[in-house]
Amino acid sequence: MTYLRYPLGAVLAAVVATGALAEEKPVRGGILEYAVKSEAPTFDCAGSATYAVMHAVSPFYSMLLKVDLENYPNLKGDLAKSWTVSDDFKTITFELHPNVKFHDGSILTSEDVKATFERYRNPPQGQTSIIKAALEDIDTIETPSPTTVVFKLKAPNKAMIQIFAIPNACIYSAKKLNEDPNYPRQTIMGTGPFKFKEEVKGSHLSGERFEGYFREGLPYLDGFRAVLFTQSAAVINAIQGGQVMGEFRAVTPSERKTLEAAMGDKIKFYESDWSTLLLLMFNTEKPPFNDVRVRRALNLAIDRWGGSKGLAPTTLLRNVGGLSRPNGPFATPESELVKLPGFGKDIKAAREEAKRLLKEAGQENLKFTLHNRNIASPYTPTGVYLIDQWKQIGVEVTHSQVETKAYIETMNAGTYDVAIEFNNNVLEDPVHTLLQYLSYDKSPVNKSRAIDRELDGLFETMLREIDDNKRREALLAFEKRAIEQAYQVPILWWYRIVALNSRVKGWHMSPSHLFGQDLETVWLAPEK
Amino acid sequence: MARYILKRILYMIPTLIGVAVIVFLMLRVVPGDIVELKLRGDGAAVSQETIEAERTRLGLNKPMLEQFTDWMIGLVTLDLGKSMWTEKPVVDEIAVRFGLTIQVAIMATILAVLIALPLGTISALYKDTLLDHAIRIFTIGGLAVPSFWLGMIIILALLYYFQWLPPVTYTPIYVDPLTNISQLIWPALAVAYRYSAVLTRMVRSSIIEVMLEDYIRTARAKGVFERVVIARHALRNAMLPAITVLGLEFAFLIGGLVVTEQVFNLNGLGRLFVQAVSFNDFTLTQAIVMLIAVVFIVTNLVVDILYALLDPRIRYGAK
Repeated sequence: MTYLRYPLGAVLAAVVATGALAEEKPVRGGILEYAVKSEAPTFDCAGSATYAVMHAVSPFYSMLLKVDLENYPNLKGDLAKSWTVSDDFKTITFELHPNVKFHDGSILTSEDVKATFERYRNPPQGQTSIIKAALEDIDTIETPSPTTVVFKLKAPNKAMIQIFAIPNACIYSAKKLNEDPNYPRQTIMGTGPFKFKEEVKGSHLSGERFEGYFREGLPYLDGFRAVLFTQSAAVINAIQGGQVMGEFRAVTPSERKTLEAAMGDKIKFYESDWSTLLLLMFNTEKPPFNDVRVRRALNLAIDRWGGSKGLAPTTLLRNVGGLSRPNGPFATPESELVKLPGFGKDIKAAREEAKRLLKEAGQENLKFTLHNRNIASPYTPTGVYLIDQWKQIGVEVTHSQVETKAYIETMNAGTYDVAIEFNNNVLEDPVHTLLQYLSYDKSPVNKSRAIDRELDGLFETMLREIDDNKRREALLAFEKRAIEQAYQVPILWWYRIVALNSRVKGWHMSPSHLFGQDLETVWLAPEK
Repeated sequence: MARYILKRILYMIPTLIGVAVIVFLMLRVVPGDIVELKLRGDGAAVSQETIEAERTRLGLNKPMLEQFTDWMIGLVTLDLGKSMWTEKPVVDEIAVRFGLTIQVAIMATILAVLIALPLGTISALYKDTLLDHAIRIFTIGGLAVPSFWLGMIIILALLYYFQWLPPVTYTPIYVDPLTNISQLIWPALAVAYRYSAVLTRMVRSSIIEVMLEDYIRTARAKGVFERVVIARHALRNAMLPAITVLGLEFAFLIGGLVVTEQVFNLNGLGRLFVQAVSFNDFTLTQAIVMLIAVVFIVTNLVVDILYALLDPRIRYGAK
């Protein structure tokens, strides 16, 4: 019977292979319903930093560039068919796809790109632009042809090109901006794969396929509906019950276990390092935290490697890393990281050094309050963990957890002792991720209120230098200085787990929860 | 009666002014900045200049007196302004949620009355029997069990036993009654249990008290059927305190079901209220507080009118 086995096997293999291939081929149609855990306060892409804005409006808009999620963190063209950067990194020229339509049927030209970026960098009275600071280097925007846009910079800026891929840099219609500069806040009208269908405040936002989308054959979905949930448990129930097909920000490890147990192979999990972290922030204007010995001691006492193991199974925290995302293109290798104070693996030695420093600074019986948000994950366990770590060196800490708005109020007033701060990076280049660490007079988001001109100088080097090796040297020097001075130090980096119904295909994971939300390539496999 | 009603409506004005002043001042005193939350809440590096520009745009840099004057003028002209968080008109924000909230409140009230009236009556008439004890255990359960917890159990039971959950977005009853009821019956039940427990105990104790009255003895002595004695004489008088409870509970349901709404993911006023307070959205919070104040005042007025209708001895404004 042997001679029959192989042909039969070959036939079976062919059938299986054909079935597998057929299964993976995108299918057109269907409405994707997914959960969002926060409501967008505005439809203006640059009107707010909350991720809820991008999770709501990304499907409706295009940018000049996009991050290529299949080759992260490389860039690829979105509205730009091609682009060039001059050798001196002072001129960026984009060639646009021709005949790109807005949802109202009008054709996109370079004037629309110019008007959009003029609005972002010089918002008129009453307009907000959270990317204004990032566009400060732009000197002029020229439009030599309807499909050509030229950005001329005041000074060399190698990282500037990445700004055009940030999801907040949606392209608006110049005509509509002229009619009503406020239109992006309340109205959705872009060139994205979906056009606006309906919004019910507090409930949901929906879009339908834009048949005039400039990428032929896309999107695959007929439409989508983003349903608002305010409670994580309700999201998990809704995924299990089939009310929604997933949630794109993240689920915790415990929620993952619940979904896995309940849904088996009907749920798929996507995992990635996350470009989000928690920082330990010292109020350098308040004694004794103005003393570098005290700050360094408290930093040395934290066993990050042990904490990572302990906190990872139940929280969003996982990775030990320096100022740049662990495992990212600018991450410090572990062999170098462990040489930095607070990041070594010999915690006993580190804690002995911490006690010595506290004694030297006259703070052996140090007591203070740790200021934190009252959000269960991962703020509460982080605070509890830190307090335990400091107890090991004889420091007594009170945990003060307050609502986010009260937390922000205290941070702004500068009345806290030590705080756990949240930092979210979208892009990877250090000039976009290290603004937090600049001197307080240059970067008001630096709530440690520290002034350090050496750090400012190193940042300026990274910003203006075009030689990658020199930029890298500056970055390592910046990180070393920042961690040694310990005005604010990374605690742990987050880890992202996204749960989607296994019918959802074509979505790509990334370290930032702002990417991949245009749903352009997402499709729904038929129900089995 | 008409004069009484008019007088009560006029009394609403100073009450509402008082509420408006208190809520305005309290919101300005509590910590929190909506602009910081909106622009920096997700960890973004936004310049102070941008923050200040946004504050100016939202009118937060205006002197307190000017803000208060704008608020009071808006109140009088029924222009409640725009939500500082969403920038949509406050009236629109509330209107979207009001239908659902009112419907849940009405359904819960109807269910509570349907449960409480018979149970309370039976419990009173069969006082200290096994039936009475069973009903009282049922009501104690209703008082002890939080409605949000019951809601969670309902959700989990539906998921576990039926692999089904109610629709996640609201469909008005006039559009699709079946979908509407399939969504709202569950939160209405969760809320109605506690509601009916309070009402049942009130009906029970009122009937027990009324049954001891002379006019009940007289009616029986006259040979009136027991059923008629209970329905026409006892129940009607026993309903007076129950109506008070009914009114208070109903008013509470408007904006008070925060956790239950979260459990069932209902886009109701309770959730909106918490969100508005969390975000320091002054305009929206002020408007919702005023709405709830109006609801309480109007409900109390309706209760008083029902009192007068039920009990001819009560004639407001009569000489």
